[in-house]
Amino acid sequence: MGTDLEQFYQIFFEEADELLAEMEIRLLGLDIQSPDLEDLNAIFRVAHSIKGGAGTFGFSDMTELTHLLESLLDKLRKNELALRSEMIDVFLQARDVLKQQLDAHQDRGVADSVEIDAVALKLRTLVTEVTSNITSSPSSADSTAATVDKPAQTESTDSALTTATYRVIFSCDDLRPAVMDKLLTDLALLGKLENLSDPSQKDQCTLRLTSMVSEEDIWEALAFVVDPTTLSVEAEKINQPDNSVSSVDSVDSSNETQEKHTQVENVALVTTDTQQSLNTSEDIKEETVATSSAIPSPSHKQVTTVAKTSKSARNEHAKTTSSESSSIRVSIEKVDQMINLVGELVITQAMLAQTASQIDPVLYEKLFNGLSQLERNTRDLQEAVMSIRMLPISFVFSRFPRVIRDVASKLGKRVELKTIGEGTELDKGLIEKITDPLTHLIRNSLDHGIESPEKRRSLGKSEQGTITLRASHQGGSVVIEVMDDGAGLSRERILSKARGRGLTISDTMPDQDVWMLIFDAGFSTADAVTDVSGRGVGMDVVKRNIQELGGRVEIDSIEGSGTKISIRLPLTLAILDGLSVSVGDQMFIIPLAYITESLKPADADIRTIRGQGRVVQVRGEYLPVIALHEIFGLEPAVQEIHEGILVILDAEGSKAAMFVDALIGQHQVVIKSLEHNYRRVPGVSAATIMGDGSVALILDAVGLVNVTKQKAIYAA
Amino acid sequence: MLLTQTEAPAEAIDLVRNLASREFLIFRLGKEEYGIEILKVQEIRGYDTITRIANAPAFIKGVINLRGVIVPILDMRIKFNLGEPHYDQFTVVIILNLSGRVIGIVVDGVSDVINLDTELLRPAPEFGGVIDTEYIIGLGTLEERMLILVDIEKLMSSAEMGLLEDPVK
Repeated sequence: MGTDLEQFYQIFFEEADELLAEMEIRLLGLDIQSPDLEDLNAIFRVAHSIKGGAGTFGFSDMTELTHLLESLLDKLRKNELALRSEMIDVFLQARDVLKQQLDAHQDRGVADSVEIDAVALKLRTLVTEVTSNITSSPSSADSTAATVDKPAQTESTDSALTTATYRVIFSCDDLRPAVMDKLLTDLALLGKLENLSDPSQKDQCTLRLTSMVSEEDIWEALAFVVDPTTLSVEAEKINQPDNSVSSVDSVDSSNETQEKHTQVENVALVTTDTQQSLNTSEDIKEETVATSSAIPSPSHKQVTTVAKTSKSARNEHAKTTSSESSSIRVSIEKVDQMINLVGELVITQAMLAQTASQIDPVLYEKLFNGLSQLERNTRDLQEAVMSIRMLPISFVFSRFPRVIRDVASKLGKRVELKTIGEGTELDKGLIEKITDPLTHLIRNSLDHGIESPEKRRSLGKSEQGTITLRASHQGGSVVIEVMDDGAGLSRERILSKARGRGLTISDTMPDQDVWMLIFDAGFSTADAVTDVSGRGVGMDVVKRNIQELGGRVEIDSIEGSGTKISIRLPLTLAILDGLSVSVGDQMFIIPLAYITESLKPADADIRTIRGQGRVVQVRGEYLPVIALHEIFGLEPAVQEIHEGILVILDAEGSKAAMFVDALIGQHQVVIKSLEHNYRRVPGVSAATIMGDGSVALILDAVGLVNVTKQKAIYAA
Repeated sequence: MLLTQTEAPAEAIDLVRNLASREFLIFRLGKEEYGIEILKVQEIRGYDTITRIANAPAFIKGVINLRGVIVPILDMRIKFNLGEPHYDQFTVVIILNLSGRVIGIVVDGVSDVINLDTELLRPAPEFGGVIDTEYIIGLGTLEERMLILVDIEKLMSSAEMGLLEDPVK
């Protein structure tokens, strides 16, 4: 297989993946009572696009299933059938099966043929149900029945329902027979073609084309072959009875043509099909008319609505195409390479600026102008490039409604999902890696956290449980919280389990440490193992995955009222606003988000407690002083607090004053992981590269403030 | 950390025998000569400005910016008490790439890259040099010189070095 084709395969797989995801979102968003036509159309389009793609690459299994999907969706969007919740279930199953098939084609796993057959059968049953229920739209019923039996053949009949009919007239006296043959074959590919040419009138060809393509497309297809001045393409007024008569005519004429042009054979075949279906429709129509003459011909009405639908569908299609063209697919390596290159560029720029600072700015004014422009441009470029990799977390959150729906219905629970902060951006790599741990936490909350509706009622809670997902930026990290209002963790149960497993514990452990025990491998407090969770495999994996990302997990729980699991992730590629400060010969970055103010204290404002702990009075408040040089064991340039600068930090509610030598400036810095090649350093959250290429450490404000708080507790 | 080498020295020797001859980068620490597998070496560079890390052991000099990557620098001379740690334009830093983890080590000098025949390898005696024999693949001889071949990946991921959060035991 050629590499080129492989590449297209890859594009198809990626697109199909996205389409399936879109389909799922739309399906879950459908209101069963009054489904939005827009959504139904969108789902239909997805099924159609996948069918098209799968057909191109010869994945017939996918084509078959999507075709069934399409048939049912078509009925739904034409209001021939009311949407029911079981249909959504089948659609979702079909989506899963399609995903399996897609994976199987990528050599990832095997599609379960039993499941495929089951889903296909369900879809067929639903489609046939339409057939038996609805007598008022006979032609569609007919085509549906045909769909079930021989989907491939009725394709054109199907599409005839959503298409327009054109009369194409052109002069053909100067066309060679071979060209004419080719032309007819080409047009036959566009839709249903009927040759209405009068054999006696040799110079004039009249064709009737029923197709999904637009008038312009037909024009374009023909304009290269025939003389454009003689060509006319007109949309025919749809007139059902007339149509049926003329199509009978056309069978005759096409039969004649058939002798000359054997290629048009299949077109004739389809026409015969249509003729039959129209005959049937006329039979039934007579009955309908007999019952109620006031009702206009149903087929006629249907055709008009269909014409409308197809028109709107085309408009929408145009819309999607334009939104597609506004984004391109780029491999992540290319983006990473660009990010690295821009990083290098920034450093080079800084180097130039430093070298230039030694020369006379008056003599080289132009050079300096150029350099300052370079600086601005590099900064903008860096920002722009960095933003490429960032994606909103809604990419992850959007998959959870489905998880919750499935698991909750399996467990017989009623659960509502709330998401907050979906716009929070984080690195694409993180997005991919955080999905599995989050899914696991949510399943856990569903299974162990949220109680059954009966139990909730007896506890005086609302029957419907709530799971809240919240994402937010907190300083240099992204915090994702999974909260439920369920049973909460039981301290006694965890402790007794831990004892049973021989873990070293004590009864006086703080709650925080007790909760962390559930992250131990093989730990489960569930009484019964369900197929959702409870095997005790998982929480340790969750913790490990998050640690691999350089993050940490924290649990807060109150028995009886719920659990909150917070995941704190570093923003590997995020840009941080920071204040650079100097201590001795070192430079540190303090995240701006934690700084409330900086001040030069008066000597009288500094007090000591028991001769050691120092506090500073800031507007009536006494704040503990953190001397950075003491914590990091550095030799400071200034020893006395009133000679240096105090930076007031507010970290998660606790305030402290950090004593540094001097303020240097405010920067936007790129966060670089220290853990990647080294390890976590207490008091330091990450590192960054300064303009001159040197490394500066970013301080962990929360950690530092808490360290002093703990020290204060011990001292007391 | 993926460790390909095994625990006991005897087994390590077996492993080396199986792997035919390998190329080693030879560097000096004081008067001793050490060899590490060349495939683990990413590059060799000079000693640059280093950002110190608070409360780190003395042999961890700090971190540098290696083309956008923060790389910790260890001074093996301090770690093993060999040679006088002085830093000038001749100081050599070997940048190692150990299963994706980039670490720089300061040594007294890099001498050469040699192809060592497995037959020239001897198991390290129990006392050995400053490095625990656990991390020694074997001793090689080159003319009059004795080369201590170190499993650098195993050494760097050991608890002794304190480079990892959860060192391999």
